[in-house]
Amino acid sequence: MKQKLLDMRGIVKSFSGVRALNGVDIRLDAGEVLSLCGENGSGKSTLMKVLSGVWPYGSYEGRIFFAGQEIKATSIRDTEAQGIVIIHQELALVKELTVMENIFLGNELGHAWRINEESMYRQTLALLSRVNLSIAPDTLVSELGVGQQQLVEIAKALNKDVKMLILDEPTSSLTNQEIQILLDIVRSLKEQGIACIYISHKLDEVLALSDWVCVIRDGDHIATRAAAALTQNDIISMMVGREMDQLFPREEHEIGEVILRVNKAFARLSGASRPQVDGVNFELRKGEILGIAGLIGSGRTELMQCLFGSYPGEYSVDIELAGQSQVIRSQQAALKAGIAMVPEDRKRHGIVPIMGVGRNMTLPILDKYQTWFGAINEQQEHQDIERYLERLKVKTASADLAIKHLSGGNQQKAIIAKCLLTHPNILILDEPTRGIDVGAKYEIYKLMYALVKDGVSIIMVSSELPEVIGISDRVLVMHEGRLKGQFEHQGLTQEMIMNCAIKEGVSNV
Amino acid sequence: MFKTIKASQLQLLAMIAALLLILVFFSIATEGAFISPRNISNLIRQTAIVGILAIGMVFVIISAEIDLSVGSMMGLLGGIAAILDVWFHFPLILSIVITMFAGLVLGLFNGWWIAYQKVPSFIVTLAGMLAFRGILVGLTDGVTVAPTSSSLAIIGQSYLPSGWGMSVIALLCLGLVARVFSRRQARQKHGVVNHAAKFEYGKALIAVMALLSLLAILENYRGIPTPIFIMGVLILVATYIAKRTAFGRRVYAIGGNIEAARMSGVKVEKTKMLVFGFNGVMVAVAALILTSRLGAGSPAAGNMAELDAIAACVIGGTSLAGGIGTVLGAIMGALIMASLDNGMSMLDVPTFWQLIVKGAILLLAVWLDVKTKKQ
Repeated sequence: MKQKLLDMRGIVKSFSGVRALNGVDIRLDAGEVLSLCGENGSGKSTLMKVLSGVWPYGSYEGRIFFAGQEIKATSIRDTEAQGIVIIHQELALVKELTVMENIFLGNELGHAWRINEESMYRQTLALLSRVNLSIAPDTLVSELGVGQQQLVEIAKALNKDVKMLILDEPTSSLTNQEIQILLDIVRSLKEQGIACIYISHKLDEVLALSDWVCVIRDGDHIATRAAAALTQNDIISMMVGREMDQLFPREEHEIGEVILRVNKAFARLSGASRPQVDGVNFELRKGEILGIAGLIGSGRTELMQCLFGSYPGEYSVDIELAGQSQVIRSQQAALKAGIAMVPEDRKRHGIVPIMGVGRNMTLPILDKYQTWFGAINEQQEHQDIERYLERLKVKTASADLAIKHLSGGNQQKAIIAKCLLTHPNILILDEPTRGIDVGAKYEIYKLMYALVKDGVSIIMVSSELPEVIGISDRVLVMHEGRLKGQFEHQGLTQEMIMNCAIKEGVSNV
Repeated sequence: MFKTIKASQLQLLAMIAALLLILVFFSIATEGAFISPRNISNLIRQTAIVGILAIGMVFVIISAEIDLSVGSMMGLLGGIAAILDVWFHFPLILSIVITMFAGLVLGLFNGWWIAYQKVPSFIVTLAGMLAFRGILVGLTDGVTVAPTSSSLAIIGQSYLPSGWGMSVIALLCLGLVARVFSRRQARQKHGVVNHAAKFEYGKALIAVMALLSLLAILENYRGIPTPIFIMGVLILVATYIAKRTAFGRRVYAIGGNIEAARMSGVKVEKTKMLVFGFNGVMVAVAALILTSRLGAGSPAAGNMAELDAIAACVIGGTSLAGGIGTVLGAIMGALIMASLDNGMSMLDVPTFWQLIVKGAILLLAVWLDVKTKKQ
């Protein structure tokens, strides 16, 4: 059999005992495009990190051959030298430098004492024409749109004599027109004999572009098929085809009257052309668990930030809480109104790492413990802490232990305890079980049902479809900042949600 | 759990050890002159100004900010106090109130730019460092404002009457033991595990002994210097704020992770501005002591004092990354710096060597800290 350009065999990668990749094989020839499909967290990124050398040789099992040689990369530099270039979702250009300076960053032409601007300029022009970009090489990157920046990244890769290009969700923030340009570029690169691994949730692009489609689910290699023989539905069922197991302890509970009405939610980062949340309306009932699904970047988190007063850009939203209109422009106001939020990014927004577990928990309600001269009634505080540590089964050696020493699951439980100590009417959970082991997940689900039985309403944002279906009473699906569908949990399948979240133009609203 | 307790205790122990080492070294080198009551009294009086500056600074650094304007601000506030006293003959109380108020305003001014206008504290206070000094020179026309009245001299030059010193220290010791007792009682009541009684009372006993022997030495000379009394009161107040109040807790949280603090509903901007306001008041107190001690308001007063204050905090275990630090540590740091200054002066070490040694000690202290934290 002829030697393929890329041959990854039996890749296994574990993180502290948990297998993120479980024997994945990928083979690809020069001039071919392979699309990598899978849900968020299925192992796509991990696989690409193995390939590009972010996870060095030895930290995974299996072998990688590229252009006939085995790759034993120790860093991303090694694979780049071989001609494998990865272009990430978050662009890695220096905004304050020109296009030319970015393209040659780190390998400027000329010698140590003098940079050869003229030949760099000429070469940049040639590269830019290869990616169909008619801009001057001395344009500042900050003046370019996201789509153009993406093309500059590709030009930069071409400059490094690339043999294989990895594009990680390149179109997630592009307009339709820009997407078409990008797809054309990829096709022309293909004709020039460059192989491409394309990661995308947008199945129409996947089918339009690829020779092969490889589906990964929970780290397992499900199948690699010729794209010509596949439909979008085939891919979706391969992506989500797992059995629903008994992970979700659904419990009957009463759902009351509408407690929260959100109207005309709108949010945009200053300077961005596309809003992240665009005219979303929804209702939440007392004692209800409302799931919010959608792809990363669909505006789920941003919508929650609008409710909690923590959106970093400009936003507007009409909120009616228990029949009364509320203005929430800050986190304090949200907490006061009875809305608490467990943030998506635990490390950045959730914990004060060097503070004790207990002190993290009481941070929002310190005023409650104030006695004379602003002193904290530590005994009273301590009783509350112990009660909630017990209630949420947080495993910690002591309440004074710095929270950074706890496991992810226990940190998360402590953050939920922090929210519960404010006695919220509405609890927002943004990716509550991300990076948490199965046992802790189960406990968190149990707790959610206990809370709704007490009359708390929960909004849960999650990328894990089984979780959304298994836990929620009702599911909203978001797509590009808009509400695209609304489902009751009865009879809801992952395919229905994925169809709604991925396919263009379908709407069940 | 034991890891964290050990780390912070180790740090305190290391500082005490360093201080003892310095004490022994200079005592031998100066043939005992270093530990004479007169010199000890001198030494801790020298500590007062940097110590009080460090009390304000430690809060600033815990909140992950910095204040470079402290030296110039102290000069300016000291100048204001001198002008009120020498030119306008204001009564002492009024001068004190006005100076402290001015300190509060200057501090809040810094804080407003930092917290609400989001200008980095390094820049805001660098601007303050230049501008405050400029205002001082402009106000005084570049000449020393002197001589200050005898009433102003009380703040920096007087000593507590001997009976007072005795009772103050006695009260302090009683308070210390009572605090340990009441805390143990409360813990027991709420079912919290207590440390061994021997350990906790032992620590209190050592502190009591140290205070009593300090008192004995000071009483042997002229008594407790008023600036040290003031510093002592401020240490108690500031420790209380840092450890026991919601405000203090929030300052630590902001320094530890400002985003998480914000998400927890902490009013980050307001808290930061108040930290700088508090710092301004501390600077005003230090300025009053300085002017009183010099008996004049000098246009060069307080030059580079911010660096001493920052160094004291850092030697005392405060992390420039924010979230970590104690008032007592900062005071210890100030004491170490002052001891080095004092001892080297007694040995007639040339000034340039003194600067080099102090720089080396600062570097060494932080290097040791980084090393031990890595392990």
